[in-house]
Amino acid sequence: MNADPAAVREGTHFMNGDAAACEGALAAGARFAAGYPITPSTEIVERFASRVPEVGGLFIQMEDELAASIAIQGMVWAGAKSFTVTSGPGFSLMMEHIGYAAMTETPCVFMDVQRGGPSTGLPTLPAQGDMMQARFGSHGDYQVIALCPNSPQECFELSVKSFNLAERYRLPVMLMMDECVGHMTEKVVVPAAEKIYVEPRRRTAKAPGDYRAYECGPDLVPEMAHAGEGHHLYVTGLTHDKRGYPVMNPATQRELVTRLFDKIKLAKNDLLMVDEDQTEGADVVVVSFGITSRVAERAIQMARAKGMKVGRLRLICVWPFPEDKIAALASRIKAFVVPELNMGQVVLEVERTVAGRCRTISVPHPGGTVHKPEDILAAIERGAR
Amino acid sequence: MLKELRIAGFGGQGVILSSIAVGRAATLYEGNYATMIQSFGPEARGGAASATLILSTDPVLYPYVTRPGILVVMSQEAYTRFTPELTDDGILLVEQDLVHLDNLVAGRRVYGIPATRIAESLGKKMVLNVVMTGFLCAVGKVVGHQACRKAIADLVPARFKELNLEAFEKGYEFGLNLASPNPSPEDVDAALLSLESMD
Repeated sequence: MNADPAAVREGTHFMNGDAAACEGALAAGARFAAGYPITPSTEIVERFASRVPEVGGLFIQMEDELAASIAIQGMVWAGAKSFTVTSGPGFSLMMEHIGYAAMTETPCVFMDVQRGGPSTGLPTLPAQGDMMQARFGSHGDYQVIALCPNSPQECFELSVKSFNLAERYRLPVMLMMDECVGHMTEKVVVPAAEKIYVEPRRRTAKAPGDYRAYECGPDLVPEMAHAGEGHHLYVTGLTHDKRGYPVMNPATQRELVTRLFDKIKLAKNDLLMVDEDQTEGADVVVVSFGITSRVAERAIQMARAKGMKVGRLRLICVWPFPEDKIAALASRIKAFVVPELNMGQVVLEVERTVAGRCRTISVPHPGGTVHKPEDILAAIERGAR
Repeated sequence: MLKELRIAGFGGQGVILSSIAVGRAATLYEGNYATMIQSFGPEARGGAASATLILSTDPVLYPYVTRPGILVVMSQEAYTRFTPELTDDGILLVEQDLVHLDNLVAGRRVYGIPATRIAESLGKKMVLNVVMTGFLCAVGKVVGHQACRKAIADLVPARFKELNLEAFEKGYEFGLNLASPNPSPEDVDAALLSLESMD
Protein backbone atom coordinates (compact mmCIF):
# COMPACT_ATOMS: atom_id res chain seq x y z
CA MET A 1 0.00 0.00 0.00
CA ASN A 2 1.03 3.62 -0.34
CA ALA A 3 1.35 6.44 2.14
CA ASP A 4 -1.65 8.48 3.21
CA PRO A 5 -1.45 11.74 1.18
CA ALA A 6 -2.72 13.68 4.19
CA ALA A 7 0.41 12.74 6.12
CA VAL A 8 2.97 13.41 3.40
CA ARG A 9 4.48 16.87 2.97
CA GLU A 10 5.38 16.33 -0.63
CA GLY A 11 8.00 18.70 -1.98
CA THR A 12 11.55 19.89 -1.58
CA HIS A 13 12.52 21.11 1.86
CA PHE A 14 15.55 22.49 3.64
CA MET A 15 15.17 20.45 6.77
CA ASN A 16 17.22 18.89 9.54
CA GLY A 17 17.62 15.16 10.04
CA ASP A 18 15.40 15.06 13.11
CA ALA A 19 12.54 16.75 11.25
CA ALA A 20 13.08 14.46 8.27
CA ALA A 21 12.95 11.36 10.49
CA CYS A 22 9.63 12.61 11.86
CA GLU A 23 8.27 13.19 8.37
CA GLY A 24 9.35 9.66 7.47
CA ALA A 25 7.47 8.27 10.46
CA LEU A 26 4.32 10.14 9.47
CA ALA A 27 4.61 9.00 5.86
CA ALA A 28 5.12 5.40 7.01
CA GLY A 29 1.87 5.56 8.92
CA ALA A 30 3.09 6.06 12.48
CA ARG A 31 0.23 7.53 14.45
CA PHE A 32 1.52 7.11 17.97
CA ALA A 33 4.74 8.13 19.64
CA ALA A 34 5.69 8.12 23.27
CA GLY A 35 8.88 9.66 24.47
CA TYR A 36 10.83 11.36 27.14
CA PRO A 37 12.72 14.39 25.85
CA ILE A 38 16.47 14.11 25.45
CA THR A 39 18.94 16.06 23.35
CA PRO A 40 19.60 15.60 20.45
CA SER A 41 16.47 13.62 19.63
CA THR A 42 13.75 15.84 21.07
CA GLU A 43 13.07 17.70 17.83
CA ILE A 44 11.70 14.50 16.29
CA VAL A 45 8.86 14.08 18.77
CA GLU A 46 8.43 17.82 19.17
CA ARG A 47 7.57 17.95 15.48
CA PHE A 48 5.50 14.78 15.70
CA ALA A 49 3.46 16.27 18.56
CA SER A 50 2.56 19.26 16.42
CA ARG A 51 2.11 17.35 13.15
CA VAL A 52 0.21 14.23 14.19
CA PRO A 53 -3.07 15.92 15.18
CA GLU A 54 -3.37 16.92 11.49
CA VAL A 55 -3.73 13.26 10.55
CA GLY A 56 -5.30 11.82 13.68
CA GLY A 57 -2.87 10.41 16.17
CA LEU A 58 -1.30 10.90 19.50
CA PHE A 59 1.94 11.78 21.22
CA ILE A 60 2.38 11.19 24.93
CA GLN A 61 5.29 12.57 26.87
CA MET A 62 5.82 9.78 29.37
CA GLU A 63 7.39 9.90 32.81
CA ASP A 64 10.57 8.22 31.60
CA GLU A 65 12.08 6.10 28.86
CA LEU A 66 10.94 2.80 30.35
CA ALA A 67 7.36 3.96 30.17
CA ALA A 68 7.80 5.40 26.67
CA SER A 69 9.32 2.21 25.29
CA ILE A 70 6.49 0.03 26.58
CA ALA A 71 3.64 2.47 25.85
CA ILE A 72 4.44 2.24 22.16
CA GLN A 73 4.10 -1.53 22.31
CA GLY A 74 0.70 -1.34 23.92
CA MET A 75 -0.40 0.90 21.08
CA VAL A 76 0.96 -1.51 18.48
CA TRP A 77 -1.25 -4.30 19.85
CA ALA A 78 -4.13 -1.85 19.88
CA GLY A 79 -3.57 -1.27 16.17
CA ALA A 80 -1.30 1.76 15.74
CA LYS A 81 2.10 2.00 14.14
CA SER A 82 4.25 3.37 16.92
CA PHE A 83 7.72 4.56 17.75
CA THR A 84 9.84 6.18 20.38
CA VAL A 85 12.80 8.47 20.14
CA THR A 86 15.79 8.85 22.42
CA SER A 87 19.53 9.24 22.78
CA GLY A 88 22.24 7.27 24.64
CA PRO A 89 21.16 7.55 28.30
CA GLY A 90 17.52 7.02 27.39
CA PHE A 91 18.43 4.19 25.03
CA SER A 92 20.05 2.40 27.98
CA LEU A 93 16.81 2.68 29.90
CA MET A 94 14.83 1.21 27.00
CA MET A 95 16.83 -1.99 26.76
CA GLU A 96 14.45 -4.14 28.77
CA HIS A 97 11.59 -3.29 26.46
CA ILE A 98 13.58 -3.79 23.30
CA GLY A 99 13.93 -7.38 24.45
CA TYR A 100 10.21 -7.47 25.14
CA ALA A 101 9.46 -6.27 21.60
CA ALA A 102 11.80 -8.90 20.16
CA MET A 103 10.27 -11.67 22.27
CA THR A 104 6.65 -10.69 21.65
CA GLU A 105 7.38 -9.83 17.98
CA THR A 106 5.91 -6.40 18.36
CA PRO A 107 6.64 -4.28 15.27
CA CYS A 108 7.93 -0.93 16.48
CA VAL A 109 10.69 1.57 15.82
CA PHE A 110 13.29 2.96 18.21
CA MET A 111 15.08 6.06 16.96
CA ASP A 112 18.39 6.64 18.74
CA VAL A 113 20.08 9.93 17.90
CA GLN A 114 23.51 8.99 19.19
CA ARG A 115 25.56 11.44 21.24
CA GLY A 116 28.87 11.14 23.01
CA GLY A 117 28.92 8.73 25.96
CA PRO A 118 29.23 6.82 28.22
CA SER A 119 26.60 8.07 30.66
CA THR A 120 25.32 11.58 29.97
CA GLY A 121 28.53 12.28 28.05
CA LEU A 122 28.15 14.91 25.35
CA PRO A 123 24.46 15.83 24.94
CA THR A 124 24.97 18.13 21.98
CA LEU A 125 27.75 16.38 20.10
CA PRO A 126 27.85 13.30 17.90
CA ALA A 127 29.05 9.75 18.43
CA GLN A 128 28.26 6.26 17.17
CA GLY A 129 28.86 4.51 20.45
CA ASP A 130 25.51 2.73 20.74
CA MET A 131 26.00 0.32 17.86
CA MET A 132 26.75 -2.77 19.94
CA GLN A 133 24.10 -1.77 22.45
CA ALA A 134 21.54 -1.62 19.64
CA ARG A 135 22.38 -5.20 18.76
CA PHE A 136 23.07 -6.78 22.14
CA GLY A 137 21.81 -4.35 24.78
CA SER A 138 18.89 -6.36 26.08
CA HIS A 139 19.38 -9.67 27.84
CA GLY A 140 18.91 -12.99 26.14
CA ASP A 141 19.28 -13.87 22.47
CA TYR A 142 17.35 -12.00 19.86
CA GLN A 143 17.72 -10.23 16.54
CA VAL A 144 17.09 -6.63 15.60
CA ILE A 145 17.42 -4.54 12.47
CA ALA A 146 19.48 -1.33 12.65
CA LEU A 147 19.68 1.28 9.91
CA CYS A 148 22.18 4.17 9.77
CA PRO A 149 21.31 7.29 7.76
CA ASN A 150 24.09 9.65 6.68
CA SER A 151 22.02 12.68 5.67
CA PRO A 152 18.67 14.31 6.41
CA GLN A 153 17.42 12.84 3.11
CA GLU A 154 18.26 9.38 4.36
CA CYS A 155 16.75 10.15 7.76
CA PHE A 156 13.47 10.48 5.88
CA GLU A 157 13.95 7.46 3.65
CA LEU A 158 15.30 5.12 6.31
CA SER A 159 12.65 6.23 8.78
CA VAL A 160 10.02 4.99 6.31
CA LYS A 161 12.08 1.86 5.76
CA SER A 162 12.37 1.21 9.51
CA PHE A 163 8.61 1.07 9.92
CA ASN A 164 8.25 -1.09 6.83
CA LEU A 165 10.84 -3.58 8.03
CA ALA A 166 9.36 -3.65 11.54
CA GLU A 167 6.00 -4.61 10.06
CA ARG A 168 7.43 -7.10 7.58
CA TYR A 169 9.56 -9.01 10.09
CA ARG A 170 7.78 -8.15 13.32
CA LEU A 171 10.65 -7.01 15.45
CA PRO A 172 12.04 -3.78 16.89
CA VAL A 173 13.91 -1.74 14.28
CA MET A 174 16.55 0.75 15.37
CA LEU A 175 17.04 3.90 13.36
CA MET A 176 20.58 4.69 14.49
CA MET A 177 21.06 8.36 13.76
CA ASP A 178 23.73 10.57 15.32
CA GLU A 179 23.73 14.15 16.56
CA CYS A 180 25.47 15.43 13.46
CA VAL A 181 22.97 13.93 11.04
CA GLY A 182 20.02 14.77 13.30
CA HIS A 183 20.91 18.42 13.68
CA MET A 184 22.23 18.93 10.17
CA THR A 185 20.02 20.85 7.74
CA GLU A 186 20.11 19.92 4.07
CA LYS A 187 17.81 19.50 1.13
CA VAL A 188 15.19 16.82 1.69
CA VAL A 189 12.94 15.66 -1.11
CA VAL A 190 9.69 14.14 0.09
CA PRO A 191 8.08 12.24 -2.78
CA ALA A 192 4.38 12.11 -3.51
CA ALA A 193 2.41 9.76 -1.26
CA GLU A 194 1.77 7.34 -4.12
CA LYS A 195 5.54 6.93 -4.54
CA ILE A 196 6.08 5.97 -0.90
CA TYR A 197 5.60 2.28 -0.20
CA VAL A 198 4.10 1.52 3.17
CA GLU A 199 4.18 -2.03 4.45
CA PRO A 200 0.78 -2.94 5.84
CA ARG A 201 0.54 -4.73 9.14
CA ARG A 202 0.41 -8.49 8.70
CA ARG A 203 -3.14 -8.84 9.90
CA THR A 204 -4.56 -12.30 10.03
CA ALA A 205 -7.49 -13.21 7.81
CA LYS A 206 -8.34 -16.13 10.06
CA ALA A 207 -11.52 -16.26 12.08
CA PRO A 208 -10.99 -15.78 15.80
CA GLY A 209 -11.47 -19.48 16.52
CA ASP A 210 -8.84 -20.55 13.98
CA TYR A 211 -6.17 -18.03 14.87
CA ARG A 212 -3.09 -18.87 16.87
CA ALA A 213 -0.98 -15.82 17.61
CA TYR A 214 2.48 -17.28 16.93
CA GLU A 215 1.75 -19.77 14.22
CA CYS A 216 3.61 -18.94 11.03
CA GLY A 217 4.29 -19.97 7.48
CA PRO A 218 7.57 -20.50 5.62
CA ASP A 219 8.89 -16.98 6.28
CA LEU A 220 8.63 -17.67 10.04
CA VAL A 221 6.85 -14.38 10.69
CA PRO A 222 3.49 -14.81 12.42
CA GLU A 223 0.35 -12.95 11.44
CA MET A 224 -1.00 -10.38 13.82
CA ALA A 225 -4.36 -9.71 15.39
CA HIS A 226 -5.22 -6.61 17.32
CA ALA A 227 -6.63 -6.55 20.80
CA GLY A 228 -10.38 -6.16 21.07
CA GLU A 229 -11.30 -7.72 17.71
CA GLY A 230 -12.33 -11.10 19.02
CA HIS A 231 -9.10 -13.02 18.44
CA HIS A 232 -7.55 -14.67 21.39
CA LEU A 233 -4.40 -12.79 22.28
CA TYR A 234 -1.93 -13.61 24.96
CA VAL A 235 1.18 -11.46 24.72
CA THR A 236 3.95 -12.29 27.13
CA GLY A 237 7.68 -11.92 27.48
CA LEU A 238 7.79 -15.42 28.93
CA THR A 239 8.76 -18.22 26.59
CA HIS A 240 5.55 -19.08 24.80
CA ASP A 241 4.04 -21.61 22.43
CA LYS A 242 2.18 -20.97 19.16
CA ARG A 243 -0.86 -19.79 21.04
CA GLY A 244 1.22 -17.28 22.94
CA TYR A 245 0.75 -19.12 26.22
CA PRO A 246 3.70 -19.37 28.59
CA VAL A 247 5.36 -22.75 28.24
CA MET A 248 8.64 -22.81 30.03
CA ASN A 249 10.62 -25.80 28.90
CA PRO A 250 13.74 -26.35 26.79
CA ALA A 251 11.86 -27.54 23.71
CA THR A 252 9.61 -24.48 23.50
CA GLN A 253 12.57 -22.20 24.25
CA ARG A 254 14.56 -23.81 21.44
CA GLU A 255 11.71 -23.54 18.95
CA LEU A 256 10.90 -19.92 19.76
CA VAL A 257 14.41 -18.44 20.06
CA THR A 258 15.62 -20.35 17.02
CA ARG A 259 12.74 -18.97 15.00
CA LEU A 260 13.51 -15.39 16.12
CA PHE A 261 16.97 -15.89 14.61
CA ASP A 262 15.89 -17.87 11.58
CA LYS A 263 13.31 -15.35 10.39
CA ILE A 264 16.13 -12.82 10.04
CA LYS A 265 18.51 -15.32 8.45
CA LEU A 266 15.85 -16.03 5.83
CA ALA A 267 15.57 -12.30 5.16
CA LYS A 268 19.27 -11.64 4.72
CA ASN A 269 19.04 -10.74 1.04
CA ASP A 270 16.25 -8.27 1.71
CA LEU A 271 18.28 -6.81 4.55
CA LEU A 272 21.55 -6.48 2.63
CA MET A 273 21.55 -2.71 2.33
CA VAL A 274 24.98 -1.40 1.36
CA ASP A 275 26.29 1.38 -0.81
CA GLU A 276 29.20 -0.14 -2.67
CA ASP A 277 31.59 1.58 -5.05
CA GLN A 278 34.79 0.46 -6.81
CA THR A 279 35.34 -2.57 -4.60
CA GLU A 280 36.19 -4.56 -7.74
CA GLY A 281 39.99 -4.64 -7.95
CA ALA A 282 40.40 -2.58 -4.80
CA ASP A 283 43.35 -3.07 -2.44
CA VAL A 284 41.55 -1.42 0.45
CA VAL A 285 37.85 -1.18 1.21
CA VAL A 286 36.60 1.41 3.69
CA VAL A 287 33.65 0.14 5.73
CA SER A 288 31.68 2.93 7.38
CA PHE A 289 28.18 3.98 8.32
CA GLY A 290 26.20 7.08 9.31
CA ILE A 291 27.92 10.46 9.35
CA THR A 292 31.36 8.82 9.34
CA SER A 293 30.69 7.50 5.84
CA ARG A 294 30.73 11.06 4.48
CA VAL A 295 34.06 11.89 6.06
CA ALA A 296 35.35 8.51 4.90
CA GLU A 297 34.26 9.36 1.36
CA ARG A 298 36.43 12.47 1.47
CA ALA A 299 39.36 10.28 2.55
CA ILE A 300 38.60 7.80 -0.23
CA GLN A 301 38.65 10.62 -2.79
CA MET A 302 42.00 11.82 -1.42
CA ALA A 303 43.43 8.30 -1.59
CA ARG A 304 42.20 7.75 -5.15
CA ALA A 305 43.74 11.07 -6.15
CA LYS A 306 47.05 9.60 -4.96
CA GLY A 307 46.51 6.60 -7.22
CA MET A 308 45.38 4.09 -4.59
CA LYS A 309 42.72 1.51 -5.36
CA VAL A 310 40.15 2.09 -2.69
CA GLY A 311 36.59 0.84 -2.53
CA ARG A 312 33.66 2.05 -0.51
CA LEU A 313 31.33 -0.20 1.44
CA ARG A 314 28.83 1.91 3.31
CA LEU A 315 26.62 -0.07 5.63
CA ILE A 316 23.09 1.32 5.45
CA CYS A 317 21.82 -1.67 7.41
CA VAL A 318 24.40 -2.55 10.08
CA TRP A 319 22.30 -5.19 11.89
CA PRO A 320 21.97 -7.87 10.71
CA PHE A 321 25.62 -7.58 9.77
CA PRO A 322 26.33 -8.15 6.04
CA GLU A 323 28.64 -11.10 6.70
CA ASP A 324 28.51 -12.62 3.23
CA LYS A 325 29.42 -9.34 1.56
CA ILE A 326 32.38 -8.72 3.88
CA ALA A 327 33.55 -12.32 3.64
CA ALA A 328 33.49 -12.26 -0.17
CA LEU A 329 35.54 -9.06 -0.29
CA ALA A 330 37.99 -10.28 2.38
CA SER A 331 39.52 -12.87 0.10
CA ARG A 332 40.13 -10.32 -2.66
CA ILE A 333 41.60 -7.31 -0.86
CA LYS A 334 44.56 -6.40 1.33
CA ALA A 335 42.70 -4.62 4.09
CA PHE A 336 39.47 -3.23 5.43
CA VAL A 337 39.61 0.18 7.05
CA VAL A 338 36.82 0.79 9.56
CA PRO A 339 36.40 4.32 10.89
CA GLU A 340 33.60 4.85 13.38
CA LEU A 341 32.76 7.38 16.09
CA ASN A 342 33.44 4.93 18.89
CA MET A 343 36.46 3.10 20.22
CA GLY A 344 35.93 0.19 17.85
CA GLN A 345 32.59 -1.61 17.78
CA VAL A 346 31.45 -2.54 14.28
CA VAL A 347 35.11 -3.24 13.45
CA LEU A 348 34.82 -6.27 15.76
CA GLU A 349 32.20 -7.72 13.46
CA VAL A 350 34.37 -7.00 10.43
CA GLU A 351 37.32 -8.76 12.09
CA ARG A 352 35.19 -11.74 13.06
CA THR A 353 33.81 -12.09 9.54
CA VAL A 354 37.18 -11.56 7.85
CA ALA A 355 38.66 -14.33 10.01
CA GLY A 356 42.23 -13.46 9.10
CA ARG A 357 41.76 -13.47 5.33
CA CYS A 358 42.92 -9.85 5.13
CA ARG A 359 43.91 -7.13 7.55
CA THR A 360 41.33 -5.09 9.43
CA ILE A 361 42.38 -1.59 10.46
CA SER A 362 40.27 0.18 13.06
CA VAL A 363 40.09 3.98 13.04
CA PRO A 364 38.47 4.69 16.39
CA HIS A 365 37.29 8.09 17.58
CA PRO A 366 35.74 8.86 20.97
CA GLY A 367 33.15 11.21 19.45
CA GLY A 368 32.28 14.86 20.02
CA THR A 369 33.09 15.64 16.39
CA VAL A 370 33.81 13.62 13.28
CA HIS A 371 37.10 12.13 12.09
CA LYS A 372 39.65 14.19 10.27
CA PRO A 373 39.67 12.80 6.72
CA GLU A 374 43.48 12.74 6.98
CA ASP A 375 43.30 10.17 9.81
CA ILE A 376 41.22 7.85 7.65
CA LEU A 377 43.53 8.49 4.71
CA ALA A 378 46.54 7.46 6.85
CA ALA A 379 44.79 4.18 7.67
CA ILE A 380 44.02 3.60 3.98
CA GLU A 381 47.71 4.17 3.18
CA ARG A 382 48.72 1.63 5.83
CA GLY A 383 46.22 -0.85 4.43
CA ALA A 384 47.45 -0.44 0.87
CA ARG A 385 51.05 -1.32 1.77
CA MET B 1 31.86 26.42 -6.34
CA LEU B 2 32.56 25.92 -2.66
CA LYS B 3 31.73 28.55 -0.08
CA GLU B 4 31.99 28.15 3.65
CA LEU B 5 30.45 30.67 5.98
CA ARG B 6 29.44 31.28 9.54
CA ILE B 7 26.62 33.53 10.74
CA ALA B 8 26.73 34.40 14.43
CA GLY B 9 25.10 36.69 16.93
CA PHE B 10 23.04 36.39 20.07
CA GLY B 11 19.86 34.43 20.66
CA GLY B 12 16.74 36.07 19.28
CA GLN B 13 18.45 37.98 16.48
CA GLY B 14 17.41 35.45 13.90
CA VAL B 15 20.82 34.04 13.10
CA ILE B 16 19.38 30.62 12.38
CA LEU B 17 16.62 31.98 10.14
CA SER B 18 19.25 33.87 8.11
CA SER B 19 21.25 30.68 7.70
CA ILE B 20 18.20 28.68 6.69
CA ALA B 21 17.26 31.36 4.14
CA VAL B 22 20.68 31.19 2.50
CA GLY B 23 20.74 27.38 2.56
CA ARG B 24 17.22 27.17 1.20
CA ALA B 25 18.04 29.62 -1.58
CA ALA B 26 21.13 27.64 -2.55
CA THR B 27 19.41 24.25 -2.58
CA LEU B 28 15.80 24.85 -3.60
CA TYR B 29 16.27 27.76 -5.98
CA GLU B 30 19.79 27.42 -7.32
CA GLY B 31 20.12 23.65 -7.45
CA ASN B 32 23.29 23.51 -5.39
CA TYR B 33 24.11 21.58 -2.25
CA ALA B 34 24.04 23.18 1.18
CA THR B 35 24.78 21.81 4.61
CA MET B 36 23.88 23.88 7.63
CA ILE B 37 24.98 23.08 11.15
CA GLN B 38 23.61 25.04 14.08
CA SER B 39 25.62 25.51 17.18
CA PHE B 40 24.09 23.13 19.69
CA GLY B 41 26.72 23.51 22.38
CA PRO B 42 25.73 24.59 25.89
CA GLU B 43 26.24 28.14 24.61
CA ALA B 44 23.22 27.74 22.34
CA ARG B 45 21.12 27.69 25.51
CA GLY B 46 22.64 31.00 26.61
CA GLY B 47 23.36 34.20 24.78
CA ALA B 48 25.26 33.09 21.70
CA ALA B 49 23.75 31.73 18.51
CA SER B 50 25.67 30.56 15.51
CA ALA B 51 25.37 28.48 12.39
CA THR B 52 27.74 27.36 9.67
CA LEU B 53 26.89 26.77 6.06
CA ILE B 54 28.70 24.99 3.28
CA LEU B 55 27.43 25.84 -0.21
CA SER B 56 28.73 23.74 -3.05
CA THR B 57 28.05 22.55 -6.56
CA ASP B 58 29.12 19.07 -5.38
CA PRO B 59 27.65 17.01 -2.56
CA VAL B 60 29.00 18.11 0.81
CA LEU B 61 30.95 15.36 2.53
CA TYR B 62 32.72 16.84 5.55
CA PRO B 63 29.93 18.65 7.41
CA TYR B 64 31.79 21.10 9.63
CA VAL B 65 33.32 24.47 8.81
CA THR B 66 36.59 25.17 10.59
CA ARG B 67 37.83 28.15 8.54
CA PRO B 68 34.93 30.12 7.04
CA GLY B 69 35.70 32.38 4.11
CA ILE B 70 32.77 34.58 5.05
CA LEU B 71 31.89 35.49 8.61
CA VAL B 72 28.78 37.45 9.51
CA VAL B 73 28.68 38.74 13.08
CA MET B 74 25.87 40.54 14.84
CA SER B 75 27.31 40.71 18.35
CA GLN B 76 30.58 41.59 20.04
CA GLU B 77 30.84 38.15 21.59
CA ALA B 78 30.46 36.50 18.19
CA TYR B 79 33.09 38.85 16.76
CA THR B 80 35.61 38.02 19.49
CA ARG B 81 34.96 34.32 19.35
CA PHE B 82 34.79 33.65 15.64
CA THR B 83 37.00 36.23 13.88
CA PRO B 84 40.16 34.15 14.49
CA GLU B 85 38.56 31.33 12.43
CA LEU B 86 38.19 33.49 9.33
CA THR B 87 40.46 32.53 6.45
CA ASP B 88 43.28 34.99 5.76
CA ASP B 89 41.60 36.29 2.61
CA GLY B 90 38.09 35.93 4.04
CA ILE B 91 35.57 38.70 4.43
CA LEU B 92 34.00 39.86 7.64
CA LEU B 93 30.49 41.32 7.65
CA VAL B 94 29.47 43.11 10.82
CA GLU B 95 26.48 44.84 12.31
CA GLN B 96 28.58 47.96 12.75
CA ASP B 97 26.65 49.46 15.66
CA LEU B 98 26.85 46.24 17.68
CA VAL B 99 30.44 45.31 16.95
CA HIS B 100 33.66 47.18 17.69
CA LEU B 101 36.50 45.94 15.56
CA ASP B 102 38.88 45.35 18.48
CA ASN B 103 42.29 43.85 17.78
CA LEU B 104 41.47 43.40 14.13
CA VAL B 105 44.25 41.81 12.10
CA ALA B 106 45.61 44.32 9.60
CA GLY B 107 44.50 43.73 6.04
CA ARG B 108 41.19 42.10 6.96
CA ARG B 109 38.39 42.95 4.56
CA VAL B 110 35.49 44.20 6.63
CA TYR B 111 32.07 45.37 5.52
CA GLY B 112 29.85 47.05 8.09
CA ILE B 113 26.15 47.81 8.02
CA PRO B 114 23.95 49.55 10.57
CA ALA B 115 21.41 46.77 10.16
CA THR B 116 19.58 47.47 13.41
CA ARG B 117 19.10 51.14 12.47
CA ILE B 118 17.86 50.20 9.02
CA ALA B 119 15.47 47.68 10.57
CA GLU B 120 14.23 50.29 13.01
CA SER B 121 13.62 52.71 10.15
CA LEU B 122 11.30 50.06 8.70
CA GLY B 123 9.42 49.96 11.99
CA LYS B 124 10.59 46.60 13.33
CA LYS B 125 13.99 46.05 14.90
CA MET B 126 13.50 42.30 14.66
CA VAL B 127 14.03 42.26 10.88
CA LEU B 128 17.69 43.15 11.36
CA ASN B 129 18.64 39.58 10.48
CA VAL B 130 16.89 39.91 7.14
CA VAL B 131 18.64 43.23 6.47
CA MET B 132 21.86 41.39 7.27
CA THR B 133 20.90 38.55 4.93
CA GLY B 134 20.35 41.02 2.08
CA PHE B 135 23.72 42.55 2.87
CA LEU B 136 25.38 39.11 2.88
CA CYS B 137 23.72 38.32 -0.42
CA ALA B 138 25.09 41.50 -2.06
CA VAL B 139 28.57 41.59 -0.54
CA GLY B 140 29.32 37.90 -0.03
CA LYS B 141 27.61 36.86 -3.28
CA VAL B 142 26.74 33.55 -1.66
CA VAL B 143 23.39 33.16 -3.38
CA GLY B 144 21.53 35.14 -6.00
CA HIS B 145 19.20 37.99 -5.16
CA GLN B 146 16.05 36.34 -6.51
CA ALA B 147 16.75 32.98 -4.93
CA CYS B 148 17.35 34.52 -1.53
CA ARG B 149 14.30 36.75 -1.81
CA LYS B 150 12.14 33.72 -2.55
CA ALA B 151 13.62 31.78 0.36
CA ILE B 152 12.86 34.60 2.77
CA ALA B 153 9.31 34.89 1.45
CA ASP B 154 8.88 31.15 2.17
CA LEU B 155 10.14 31.41 5.72
CA VAL B 156 8.42 34.40 7.26
CA PRO B 157 4.77 34.62 8.38
CA ALA B 158 2.50 35.94 5.63
CA ARG B 159 1.58 39.10 7.49
CA PHE B 160 5.25 40.08 7.81
CA LYS B 161 6.23 39.11 4.28
CA GLU B 162 6.25 42.61 2.79
CA LEU B 163 8.20 44.00 5.73
CA ASN B 164 10.80 41.26 5.50
CA LEU B 165 11.20 41.59 1.75
CA GLU B 166 11.70 45.31 2.17
CA ALA B 167 14.30 44.64 4.86
CA PHE B 168 16.04 42.23 2.52
CA GLU B 169 16.08 44.78 -0.30
CA LYS B 170 17.46 47.51 1.96
CA GLY B 171 20.29 45.30 3.14
CA TYR B 172 21.01 44.19 -0.40
CA GLU B 173 20.98 47.73 -1.74
CA PHE B 174 23.24 48.94 1.05
CA GLY B 175 25.69 46.19 0.19
CA LEU B 176 25.71 47.13 -3.49
CA ASN B 177 26.34 50.77 -2.56
CA LEU B 178 29.46 49.89 -0.61
CA ALA B 179 31.92 49.63 -3.44
CA SER B 180 34.89 48.33 -1.48
CA PRO B 181 35.78 46.83 1.87
CA ASN B 182 36.79 48.87 4.90
CA PRO B 183 34.67 51.85 3.89
CA SER B 184 35.22 55.19 5.55
CA PRO B 185 32.41 56.59 7.74
CA GLU B 186 31.64 58.93 4.83
CA ASP B 187 31.20 55.98 2.47
CA VAL B 188 28.79 54.39 4.92
CA ASP B 189 26.83 57.59 5.27
CA ALA B 190 26.66 57.90 1.49
CA ALA B 191 25.42 54.32 1.22
CA LEU B 192 22.78 54.99 3.84
CA LEU B 193 21.75 58.20 2.16
CA SER B 194 21.23 56.51 -1.18
CA LEU B 195 19.04 53.96 0.64
CA GLU B 196 16.78 56.72 1.85
CA SER B 197 16.55 58.10 -1.64
CA MET B 198 15.15 54.72 -2.70
CA ASP B 199 11.91 55.41 -0.83
